[in-house]
Amino acid sequence: MTLNIENPAAKTDGSRQTLLMVSTRKGAWFYYGDSARQTWRTDGPHFLGHIINHLLLDPRDGRTLLAAAKTGHLGPTIFRSTDFGRTWQEAAKPPAFTTVTDGSGGRAVDHTFWLTPGHADEPDVWYAGTSPQGLFRSEDGGVSWAPFSCINDDPQYRRWMGSVQDGTPDGPKLHSIIVDPRDAAHLYLAMSGGGVHESADGGRTFAPLIEGLEVVEGFAPEDAMFHDPHCVRLSPSNPDRLYQQNHCGIYRLDRPADQWQRIGRSMPAAVGDVGFPMVVHPRDADVAWVFPMDGTSVWPRTSPDGKPAVYGTRDGGETWQRLDAGLPGSQAWWTVKRQAMTADSRDPVGLYFGTTSGELWMSRDEGRQWECIATHLPEIYAVETAELA
Amino acid sequence: MKVLIPSALRSYTERSEAEASGSTLAAVLADLDRLYPGIRFRMIDEQNRIRPHIRFFVNGEQARDLGQALEATDKLMIVQALSGG
Repeated sequence: MTLNIENPAAKTDGSRQTLLMVSTRKGAWFYYGDSARQTWRTDGPHFLGHIINHLLLDPRDGRTLLAAAKTGHLGPTIFRSTDFGRTWQEAAKPPAFTTVTDGSGGRAVDHTFWLTPGHADEPDVWYAGTSPQGLFRSEDGGVSWAPFSCINDDPQYRRWMGSVQDGTPDGPKLHSIIVDPRDAAHLYLAMSGGGVHESADGGRTFAPLIEGLEVVEGFAPEDAMFHDPHCVRLSPSNPDRLYQQNHCGIYRLDRPADQWQRIGRSMPAAVGDVGFPMVVHPRDADVAWVFPMDGTSVWPRTSPDGKPAVYGTRDGGETWQRLDAGLPGSQAWWTVKRQAMTADSRDPVGLYFGTTSGELWMSRDEGRQWECIATHLPEIYAVETAELA
Repeated sequence: MKVLIPSALRSYTERSEAEASGSTLAAVLADLDRLYPGIRFRMIDEQNRIRPHIRFFVNGEQARDLGQALEATDKLMIVQALSGG
């Protein structure tokens, strides 16, 4: 199937542009920033009415877009574009679990939640994480996808994944698929719930990486089943450093150690260290940002006290600074989901986040000052950025 | 047989009616997928279960079994149902 978009994105001149790719519950939008990131040209909606969980540009070729889509009625699929959304082609074989024929039932992908381009040395490889939790790989640029049976059908992993009831409200997620930029065979992934896992052999085998992570009181921290990582990020400038926003705090891990350190302890007690997204500076591994949410009592998952703020650290999590200039000072009860906050590669770094209330915010000075780019969008699920030369 | 296509699937067929053949519901859907690649997986999951918000009606009666026998003169209606807001 090909979707023809009447409002194609096109670069207007030879200047550098920042592209924002915004995925929402009701479609996707592109925002093209000028070279100063002062004005933004809107291109969208694409896939109006479709649930787009993730959309991003392949950094290896700078032209291939993949979008993870489904609708309220229709099953999940992947769309692919190589002309910045002017036309979209559907994957010939979207992510799907192995068909079970022994009558025991079997899992079906409800939606693809996470997309990760493969290593630079494997230009056509992509990974996908789904709900229910599954790991899939494409070796042809996203046209056809195959399951990773060592995760998807392994009895131990199936136990750690739990049932649909053990996941987040709209289904358990396999997310935060990370490819080590130094080694295509070194992978990380995370499951909500089910913990953080690592592979050193290209995904043939995985092992838990959960030491030091806390779990909800009363459960056994040595059991991956009880772990709920919300977002794991590798530091682009130091691939031995990982940051993690977890259901139970903010963590850092410096490899080869395997003991996560809870760096969220130094967050203000009234704010806490619960949230969804985690963003790392592209050139400084000591600099990272989070977006705290209210995880008290019944878990409202809103900005604490209705006062949204990014918190940033410039010393690897030893200290945190509140970054809320320009954001609403009160009565703002939204939050930011795990894929909906990101950074560009400019200097100073631009930060971007999309809210559950459909607002798109940006800072062109690493969080010191915020301004709103767009309002009245559907609930935002993901925000990704790319630099167009 | 005549197959009525709901709006959500017309991006595949580009029309509200299609013609497909087969002696069972499963066979008709397989034929539709041959004509319009990808359309079946949007309605039927990888375990050959009808997706939660898809319904099939044959001559006005709901068909819940993909093995249901069909005649060439039957009229199959595909319905997108009750998926919420």
